[in-house]
Amino acid sequence: MARGNPLGNLFGRSPIKPIQEHMQVADQAAQLLTAFMQAKMDDDWDRAQELYQEISEFEREADKLKRSVRRHLPKSLFLPVPRTDLLELVSIQDQVANYAKDIAGIMLGRKMRFPEKLHKGLMEFTAACIATSNQALSAINELDELLEVGFTGREVKRVENMIKELDKLEARTDKQAIVLRGKLFKLEADLPPVDVMFYYQVIGLLGSLADSAEQVGDRLQILIAR
Amino acid sequence: MNIIAEHGDLFLIMACCFGFFMAWGIGANDVANAMGTSVGSRALTIKQAILIAMVFEFAGAYLAGGEVTSTIRKGIIDPSALSDNPELMVYGMLSALLAAGTWLMIASMKGWPVSTTHSIVGAIVGFAAVGISVDAVHWDKVGTIVMSWVVSPVLAGTLSFGLFMSVKILILDTEDPFHRAKKYIPAYMWMVGFMISMVTLLKGLKHIGVEVDLGLGSKFANALPVAAVMGLIVAIFGAFLLRRVKEAPSSENRFGDVERVFAILMIFTACSMAFAHGSNDVANAIGPLAAIVSTLNTGEIAAKSAIPWWILLIGGLGIVVGLATYGWKVISTVGRKITELTPSRGFAAELGAASTVVIASATGLPISTTHTLVGAVLGVGMARGIAALNLRVISSIFMSWIITLPAGAGLAILFFFFFKGIFG
Repeated sequence: MARGNPLGNLFGRSPIKPIQEHMQVADQAAQLLTAFMQAKMDDDWDRAQELYQEISEFEREADKLKRSVRRHLPKSLFLPVPRTDLLELVSIQDQVANYAKDIAGIMLGRKMRFPEKLHKGLMEFTAACIATSNQALSAINELDELLEVGFTGREVKRVENMIKELDKLEARTDKQAIVLRGKLFKLEADLPPVDVMFYYQVIGLLGSLADSAEQVGDRLQILIAR
Repeated sequence: MNIIAEHGDLFLIMACCFGFFMAWGIGANDVANAMGTSVGSRALTIKQAILIAMVFEFAGAYLAGGEVTSTIRKGIIDPSALSDNPELMVYGMLSALLAAGTWLMIASMKGWPVSTTHSIVGAIVGFAAVGISVDAVHWDKVGTIVMSWVVSPVLAGTLSFGLFMSVKILILDTEDPFHRAKKYIPAYMWMVGFMISMVTLLKGLKHIGVEVDLGLGSKFANALPVAAVMGLIVAIFGAFLLRRVKEAPSSENRFGDVERVFAILMIFTACSMAFAHGSNDVANAIGPLAAIVSTLNTGEIAAKSAIPWWILLIGGLGIVVGLATYGWKVISTVGRKITELTPSRGFAAELGAASTVVIASATGLPISTTHTLVGAVLGVGMARGIAALNLRVISSIFMSWIITLPAGAGLAILFFFFFKGIFG
């Protein structure tokens, strides 16, 4: 009898939890890059292969969650924040997982070996990019607290501070990328040109991952700004 | 007169059966909406909800249900149009009960959202306008009732919007929401106690023969301080319960503790919701029954006569049986569907809706508790408090208005001529 119950039908599925889950999964894919880089530098290609599989599985799961969020956000839903902003947010979050998979894919496919001199810088750069993604996750995890207070007041300020921190982290990765490219430029004459092209590309992709994480924060800010 | 004398007992038994059937339907279906919010937000277990519903539905029906009952009984139809043929009143009310009951059954099986109030009002207007004469209907009164169906969800929405905004400012958006909640929530509890006492004092005690007179002039002025004190007692009791809620920080959500404080408040608003529902919706079942009984007793359509106590008992009993046989199932289904409603929202929706319904009950307007509650929830949603609301429900509510009124009326007309044909 409850099928026709107006009160029961009034409540739609909350998109908040699925969006948070999605970012969680995307971030997990990015987090694995540290271990992946380490395995690659240790020349442990079996381990790298395993990690690549794990990353792609997270990426696939993120895709699934993304589609589920979209499916459950019909136009007839009345939400406390604009629906388009939520959909946009999920698309950008998904980019983080996509870049993680691309990076691992290229490196594994080309059995890429970075020059010894770049190892330390690359590891630091990767860690910084991943920290950016993690900060984006922390900000997204505030969404349910934001809903609790109706997207106003102190909680908004709190999240805005987190977004500021996120921007700082991203700016740090930009600087690291420049330094890393500078070092690579000095070495590139002695390296096979095709390899060098892909070294640059991996650095670029890592930077894009951090960029996407920052954009998650930007979207969140648009979402809460009113 | 002859017909009534001849078949009086049969009519009485039929009326009691139909009335009980209606009350059963209300207990099985409608109460779920009043209690589902509390169960959904996990402020109450199903058992507790049923217990509260039983006690407060009955109290509401008994203490504050008189006005709506008399509207259903004699407010919609002009008794003078029937003074020559009192048996028509009996046929009419019997067919109204049967029509509303049948329609609710069909609609429930098909899963359509319908309101008992709309069914019974449609049925009464139907048999009176077609079976007797168009002039037999108090059209201005019917107009007021229909207007109240539009106004009540809007009013409830406004109230719950205001309540939730006040919670946002006073409690949630502060440095220490947990302690602020403990400090301010007794004030909301006071509101619950005050509101219920006020309506009971103004409308209820009259027919159980108690009169409160502090010598302050008007009835309203007399009731005010008494209700305020009653509210205070409720608030003190609530504050005592609140003391038992301890802070237990969890990493999951910083507001988990605050919600546990609000869950205590929701016990009180659930009581008020059950009370409000009892005061308004029980009249749908016992109003026609009361009309039949008083006509049978006096042989004429009495404009003024007290409702026999056992009629209220049938209404109350029917609801309790409905709850026990089927209602708990619907409550848990509804409750499961609305888990997104946390206690800090649920209380605002319930208090907004309950206040509106109680005001309507005091004015004698039969309104739909469910639609009022939907309006109240939308009000909280407007305050950006709920993650996702399905607006298609609003169109389904409009559909239920458009379909239920003619359906109830049509069935009532059918049954009316059927009874008339059998008994002459």
